[in-house]
Amino acid sequence: MLHTVNKSPFESSSLKTCLSLARSGSDVLLIEDGVYGALAGSTHSPLVTEALEAVRVYALEPDLKARGLSGDRLIPGIEVVGYDGFVDLACTNDKIQNWL
Amino acid sequence: MKFSVMVNEGPYTHQASDSAYQFIRAALSAGHEIFRVFFYHDGVNNGTRLTTPPQDDRHIVNRWSELASEHDLDLVVCVAAAQRRGIVDPDEAKRNSKDGDNIAPGFRISGLGQLIEAGIESDRLLVFGD
Repeated sequence: MLHTVNKSPFESSSLKTCLSLARSGSDVLLIEDGVYGALAGSTHSPLVTEALEAVRVYALEPDLKARGLSGDRLIPGIEVVGYDGFVDLACTNDKIQNWL
Repeated sequence: MKFSVMVNEGPYTHQASDSAYQFIRAALSAGHEIFRVFFYHDGVNNGTRLTTPPQDDRHIVNRWSELASEHDLDLVVCVAAAQRRGIVDPDEAKRNSKDGDNIAPGFRISGLGQLIEAGIESDRLLVFGD
């Protein structure tokens, strides 16, 4: 299952809720302000680091770039994808949950 | 693969409309089919042709219309949400005695059944909103 999260963990609990409910083996894609959840060294990073043991976490590159977040500032293990990668994730997962 | 996309936010207030557009472009260029784009809630504001953003800004409404004409997309605006927000096509203008219409080319006004059908007919339904 693919989950997309579009809110910063600093403004909303949707990332936390998503990670607590996502089944092992799920894909979680951070888009829009959701990409702030990919930042290393924040108060929310441990949550994501722990989740990476059970789920794959991706961050959308154009949304990272638009916010000045470069790849070397991200939590290790997070994969950066473009819109083509977003489309691929939407194909390989048979269900999609968009957390809004 | 057959995709449908739901857009729940208006242009220029939230990234949802841009994200949906970029996703659809990427899906089309990868050879996938877009069964329908359904505009709901404030998302109906994507369908007024009267918007005039500054020239150095993207024209979100025209961008949808152009994409629809290039790829024969079905852009559907929810009728109840549209009536509340003043998005009107010629039929609705007549029915509600309005002095004009403002629906953008490529868009059509219809009901929620179109969203349900999109969910049934498509392999995947993605929602972009706030």
